Amino acid sequence: MAEALRVYALLAWTWTRAAAQYPVSMIMLTLTTVALTLLDLAAIALIFVHTDRLAGFSGTEVMFLYATSLVPFAMADIVLGTAERLGQHVREGSLDTMLVRPVSPLIQLATEDFTPRRLGKLLPGVVVLAVALERADVDWTPGRIVMIPLMLVSGTLIFGALWVITAAFQFVVVDGREATSSVTYGGAFLTQYPMHIFGRDFVRTLTFVLPLAFVNWQPALYVLDRPDPHGLPAAARFASPAVAAVLCVLAALAWRAGLRRYRSTGN
Amino acid sequence: MGVYLRVAGYAFRRYSTYRVATASAVVTNTVFGFLRAYILIALWQARPQLGGYDVADAVAFSFLTQALIGPVNVFAGSLELTGRIRTGDVAVDLHRPVDLQGWWLADDLGRAVFALVFRGVPTLAAGMVAFGIPLPGPATLAAFLGSAALAVLVGFALRYLVSLCCFWLGDERGLHTVSTVSTMFFSGMILPLVVFPGPLGEVARALPWAALIQVPADVFLGRHTGTGLLGVYAFQAAWAVALLGAGRALTRAARHRLMIHGG
Repeated sequence: MAEALRVYALLAWTWTRAAAQYPVSMIMLTLTTVALTLLDLAAIALIFVHTDRLAGFSGTEVMFLYATSLVPFAMADIVLGTAERLGQHVREGSLDTMLVRPVSPLIQLATEDFTPRRLGKLLPGVVVLAVALERADVDWTPGRIVMIPLMLVSGTLIFGALWVITAAFQFVVVDGREATSSVTYGGAFLTQYPMHIFGRDFVRTLTFVLPLAFVNWQPALYVLDRPDPHGLPAAARFASPAVAAVLCVLAALAWRAGLRRYRSTGN
Repeated sequence: MGVYLRVAGYAFRRYSTYRVATASAVVTNTVFGFLRAYILIALWQARPQLGGYDVADAVAFSFLTQALIGPVNVFAGSLELTGRIRTGDVAVDLHRPVDLQGWWLADDLGRAVFALVFRGVPTLAAGMVAFGIPLPGPATLAAFLGSAALAVLVGFALRYLVSLCCFWLGDERGLHTVSTVSTMFFSGMILPLVVFPGPLGEVARALPWAALIQVPADVFLGRHTGTGLLGVYAFQAAWAVALLGAGRALTRAARHRLMIHGG
């Protein structure tokens, strides 16, 4: 594990130095990533120009959901986001090159093109989280205070596992990258909103099949002290770490199964 | 003329080869259609009749935006031409006895027709079936097709301009993202422009990006008929002519500018 982290850091640093050869481009790209990330916040702001509450949630509460979705997603995306390029590497045969190198292909994929630009996604999330926490009308008990870092870490692990699972899916369906975006980017988008605005069956799928409800929705119900509109038991609010752990195991299994199944395109 | 038809035909065939990729794009467009529809339903429950839409209009709008992503190529930023300018392959394109802009327009139209039929139609159909939204009459559908065609023209003209900037910039990725962000925000992709308040709304509705998604969607919803329809056609056509004209001028300038590295 320590060795994997060391190799990851080394490769990420190498790619960063490569990106730093074009400093103006790197800064511009970081700024445009911030702008792209803020589009979703602009949508939320425009919605709350017209109404004080969206399905019973105030603007500050939705901001809290936005931030607690964006921060874990950005962290997982920084570390593992480029794993979604797996299909492209299979198609072009460049995965073969990665397989003969003495480093895990997942680490090679994840560090590919690593640039500080990726931090551009995290920055707005952190700022909005600080503002939302400051403005939120929350009765801060020790439990609620501990829940904030706990939900951010569990959310990061859940999104990270989803990146790996969706990458492994591309071993089976090589051209499936676009469809996997509906899980990763779609998941990041929908967890920005109170989950009960989505249809009931939709939410069941999101709770039990893709456990997106455990990224921030269930823990947020605890922090904001709200009843679950779908009547799930209160224990669900504390299930995020367990869900994250199970999903990480599943992701590891999926990745190994995919890699075993891999047949080169024969370049 | 024949050569442009062939270029368009080949582009259509090229895109039709990637069936799994097309199907997976439809999946994602449809999923996002659902997500955006539910968000707008929540907003319209709080504010019925906001911007002159009812809930059904807002739901249809969500799926229309997703259906138009493919044909208008919202996330693309620019054309494949960009890569050819960077590598110098554009020298080959400039040697062809065909107009550079015309060639890429034909290529993009072939792509757009394929995307409209095989990405747009299934996405829209899924949403209309799931939410039980009735299809508009044949006259409205025909009007929509006209408006969608003009949207594709404006979309191409914008992306062609971004591509040509690569002659001067070398690294176009920054400009790409600026173009994508403006397109997403000002076209109605993230929220219908009818909910943009005050002067922001007025400005957004006058910019060329409104011609990409908002205008065709409104035509589909039957909000423009008769002379009103001619008015929005004129709006789209004016932007198409202006931007294509700018593209021609920039092409001329780029020809003088071109210097192929090495090889």
